[in-house]
Amino acid sequence: MTGSAWKRFTETFFNTKVMLTYLPDILSGVVVTIELALLIVVTGIAAGLALALLRSLAIRPINWLIIFIVDMFRSLPPLVVIVLIYFGLPSVNISPSGFVSTWLSLAFVLMAFSEEIFWAGITSVAKGQWEAARSTGLSFGQTLVNVVLPQAFRLTIPPLTNRTIAITKGTALGTVVAVTEILGQASSAMSNSYNPSPLMMGAAAYLVLFLPVVVAARFIETRFAWKR
Amino acid sequence: MIQTFFNPDIIAASWPIVLAGLRNTVLLSLLVVPLGLFGGLILALLASVRNHAVRWPLMAWVDFFRAFPPLVLLILLFAGLPFAGLELGGFACVAIAFFLNTGAYYGEILRAGIDSVPAGQVEAARSTGLSGLQAMAYVVLPQAVRNVLPDLLSNTLEVVKLTSLGSVVAVPELLYQARQAQSITYNPTPIVVAAIIYFLMLWPVVRLLSRLENRALTG
Repeated sequence: MTGSAWKRFTETFFNTKVMLTYLPDILSGVVVTIELALLIVVTGIAAGLALALLRSLAIRPINWLIIFIVDMFRSLPPLVVIVLIYFGLPSVNISPSGFVSTWLSLAFVLMAFSEEIFWAGITSVAKGQWEAARSTGLSFGQTLVNVVLPQAFRLTIPPLTNRTIAITKGTALGTVVAVTEILGQASSAMSNSYNPSPLMMGAAAYLVLFLPVVVAARFIETRFAWKR
Repeated sequence: MIQTFFNPDIIAASWPIVLAGLRNTVLLSLLVVPLGLFGGLILALLASVRNHAVRWPLMAWVDFFRAFPPLVLLILLFAGLPFAGLELGGFACVAIAFFLNTGAYYGEILRAGIDSVPAGQVEAARSTGLSGLQAMAYVVLPQAVRNVLPDLLSNTLEVVKLTSLGSVVAVPELLYQARQAQSITYNPTPIVVAAIIYFLMLWPVVRLLSRLENRALTG
């Protein structure tokens, strides 16, 4: 590549002036992405665990309902759920913001996947463990908390981290419903400056946020791998 | 409530539009799933060369795409590349983004599958006179694929769901068509219809996966 072509390339995609102008916007987008991601992870996983525990009580009609809800959010594309909440609910005079729509949608999706994972973990603990624990005088709750869950968690951690990352990355979908997260900020900065440098900054911001999580997940995966 | 979300007149009026979207979603899936599998197979075969100089860059490649939101990749191709004088159109951008993104996921799954086949299988195959490539194609890969079939299926489900991102770059798939119909009719019914179609189309896959996963854990 000749010198002038290289210069033109960097001035287009890594324009320092444009980058400095829009850095504050991208940073505020980073804050929104982190807030959204944390909310989704905490509420989604907590709801998933709650559903899995509820399911372990083995009340038929409730379990059917749980299975239906879980299946529904596993089969619907997250973007469809977001669009449905954001554009559909205002027709019945509930108008959730883009932020709330994205949060609820992705939390529901994570709830469904994590319920399935927690449930698989709970059922994988052999029945004899339950019986042995109960026969030593532990109550149902004590057995669950002290015997079953510690074994189940070990099995659930690798698939759970993978799912959580995949779903949390979906915060970028918020752009479609005008959430001012990283991609949203980068896109509007790009159309304001007519220069793709903000988009490159946004892409870099995603890598800075998620690459350490992915690498940590890879480490956890090998560390907690169930040797069979 | 029914007039708003399940309006029969609007269902009738928007049905052809939504149906065209469904057809495109199916076609798009039929394109991007093999494309992603092909990309993944290349990555997995490269990774089966047990050499750190090959494995480490591959791992970095896979991690890169695991960390990168597919929508950002898509926007980067769709809105960023024109600045370099390359205008590809929504459809080509979706194809490339899926080749890169889902290829990385398929690659990781297939690699795990290949790793799960004992080395003795390759040695036995080679000793009967099969070449390295033949041993891979006829002995290792069939077993590898069988070992990771639930993961492959689960990823394929995610890929089909992910085709809905095409709506952001004006590819007329199911979600895009439904939103068009919604903005024409000022009524969310078409989106509800699209959601029901996605659900009916993918629910059997989810059920099957659920059973496969439970069998893998208890069996």
